[in-house]
Amino acid sequence: MNRTGSIRTLGAFGVLAAVVRRDLLLALRRKSEVFTTLFFFVIVVSLFPLGIGPELGLLRKIAPGVLWVAALLATMLSLNRMFAADYADGTLEQMVLSPTPLGLMVAGKILAHWLVSGLPLVLIAPILGLQFDLAPRALVVLVISLLLGTPLLSMIGAIGAALTLGVRGGGVLVSLLTLPLYIPALIFGAGAVEADISGLGAGGHLSLLAALFALAVFFAPWATTAALKIALE
Amino acid sequence: MNPKLITWKYASPPYFYPLAGKMIPWFALLAVLLGIAGLWVSFFVAPTDAQQGEGYRIIFVHVGASWMSMFLYLVMAFWAGIGLSFNTKLSSMMASAVAPTGAMFAFLSLWTGALWGKPMWGTWWVWDARLTSELILLFLYLGFIALQAAIDEPRRADKAGAIIALVGVVNVPIIYFSVKWWNTLHQGASVSLTQAPSMAKTMLLGMLLMALSFWMYSIAMVLTRVRAIMLERERHSDWVANLKEVRS
Repeated sequence: MNRTGSIRTLGAFGVLAAVVRRDLLLALRRKSEVFTTLFFFVIVVSLFPLGIGPELGLLRKIAPGVLWVAALLATMLSLNRMFAADYADGTLEQMVLSPTPLGLMVAGKILAHWLVSGLPLVLIAPILGLQFDLAPRALVVLVISLLLGTPLLSMIGAIGAALTLGVRGGGVLVSLLTLPLYIPALIFGAGAVEADISGLGAGGHLSLLAALFALAVFFAPWATTAALKIALE
Repeated sequence: MNPKLITWKYASPPYFYPLAGKMIPWFALLAVLLGIAGLWVSFFVAPTDAQQGEGYRIIFVHVGASWMSMFLYLVMAFWAGIGLSFNTKLSSMMASAVAPTGAMFAFLSLWTGALWGKPMWGTWWVWDARLTSELILLFLYLGFIALQAAIDEPRRADKAGAIIALVGVVNVPIIYFSVKWWNTLHQGASVSLTQAPSMAKTMLLGMLLMALSFWMYSIAMVLTRVRAIMLERERHSDWVANLKEVRS
């Protein structure tokens, strides 16, 4: 971290950008991890028609829920990576000790996590939506809802990831902790697409999703910071 | 005497342990007495419901259990928050002691809800807003318990548990309202208790007596459990070694 310097020389956005750049660089050096999440998403979504049957009317009906639940699970699987490597090699400890506000660096790590494991899901979702015969308008709503929702999942998940750092059976535990908290995002995200299909208009659901997003931007880095400090005590 | 000393003395395990021991029998007795009174009212005094017949009597357990499960989550988050902000050991122990009782009531509420749903709605489970949020509440309890169980170091377990309890308490209203809107939009179950005709006074009395009994039971259980936690965590300290029951 010595190249990035402190907040005085870089400014808040400089710190954020430095953390994001570092995490993206690390992710690029291990591309397979990025693709694993993406392929997991694709495979899970493709399993549903196989399990339920190829009837298009039914598939159209379950598409929003299936895509959203798959996004939830894919995000959850990638949560362990958010802090684990930095925790293992001591980088996280240096971050906690550095004079730069930890919340800012945590925000950078969450942003990087979303860019690596959330954004690809958003980009591939319309193609998967086509497999479920969603209308073009519904696809647009799906992308918007995922664009608002997947960062929310990364932010809530960061709290769980920080709490389970170095804990026995952390992978399973993180799902038990975060999945119940994901429920509002799932309801409003999948609900937006369903509301659009049924002609009710997705505006209300998307507004609520955006409200949750705003709430999480404020609270999640703070709670994650507290959790990280506890984990490193 | 210095009043400050009296008030805060019992925040320390060596003083709270005997006090809790003295309080437990009284709360247990109250729980039994109120329980007997409540069961008597709910089985013999409360009239048969005009629409729901005798099957409705399960709500005397169901309503109290649901109330307690929600209330205990708040109590748990409260003690966890106090423990986190003031770094008091006993508060965190209280939070850990409350969690299993709360989870038990959430489970009991779901179980009795299913028993009530079968004759009323014709199915064991309906994705009704309240049943669903109760289920999620159970998940939140289980997450808290599992996290604490997974961390070996007690103080870290306390603090990590406190964070998840506080995050949960912020999320409970959000989850509740999102589930409610989800439910109304999907128009699954249309049967609602809120539109039920006004209850007979004796029914309300039975419900209140049962809820009070559960409340007393919770206090007795939590105190018993917190005593066990205190003994376990402080087993190397002098005051535990000097206890009558430990020495003998």
